[in-house]
Amino acid sequence: MKILAELRQQGRGQDMQALVEHLPYARFLGISVDRKGNEITTILPFSDHLVGNVRLRALHGGVIGAFLEITSIVQLLFDTSCERLPKTIDISIDYLRSGRPVETYGRAIVTRHGRRVANVRAEMWQESRTAPVAASHGHFLLTPA
Amino acid sequence: MSENIDDHLAHIPHAAAIGMTLVSRNASGCVVRVAYAEHLVGDPDTGVIHGGVITALLDNASGMAVRSDPDGADIGEERSMATLDLRIDYMRPAQPRQDLYCDAHCYRMTSNVAFVRAIAYHDDRNDPIASSVATFMLGTKAAPRQ
Repeated sequence: MKILAELRQQGRGQDMQALVEHLPYARFLGISVDRKGNEITTILPFSDHLVGNVRLRALHGGVIGAFLEITSIVQLLFDTSCERLPKTIDISIDYLRSGRPVETYGRAIVTRHGRRVANVRAEMWQESRTAPVAASHGHFLLTPA
Repeated sequence: MSENIDDHLAHIPHAAAIGMTLVSRNASGCVVRVAYAEHLVGDPDTGVIHGGVITALLDNASGMAVRSDPDGADIGEERSMATLDLRIDYMRPAQPRQDLYCDAHCYRMTSNVAFVRAIAYHDDRNDPIASSVATFMLGTKAAPRQ
């Protein structure tokens, strides 16, 4: 992916904020990335176009799935030096609580990183990290540059 | 219920935001479309729609398939349901500048849980981009979480 190669050339290979700004769909959702040392957190501010149930003002299940998928991929790109976007092979999402109309945070951990496939777990929460809204685990195909 | 499921999508802000429309429905399922749009792109180099859009489409169509079930006449709009889990397999990359379709089918409904399979494709159902299985908890409380 051009943007990844460009960032790496500029020595900004771990600037995940710059990356998500280049992904139209991540921009449409409003996702940003916060980095503290070697830890990154994805952030999804609440917006009306993310709602799936008007009466409950709950986040759409698809938004929750997409946020977990992007969180997983961002973590994977942060941890590795791949120059192409990993491809999702499969992702399994557990919906644990309804997503309230507030800011949401995401963290992921690469549980196994092989030559071709990586396993990634992700979690998202709102007011309390111990009360996650949803969790996922997925397999991602790593394509060499 | 069968009349208002059509404009149901227009009342789901995120479904409207990504341009979901109902194509058809039958006793146990429905077909929903997402038209190709630039803001849905996941990889600007290829112009392919982001996997998250496919997730939203599969999730939404699967939920609608539950409401389509003839035995689920009491799963009205006022009765809430919640997605328990959704597993998606991505079988091949989506193609740039092509609309997405999703065919969802509720194949089992108990008093508490509905089971739904769905596939996403461009124009050939037999050449799917992604497939999913989802379970929904029926009759959950319909009040905002405190």
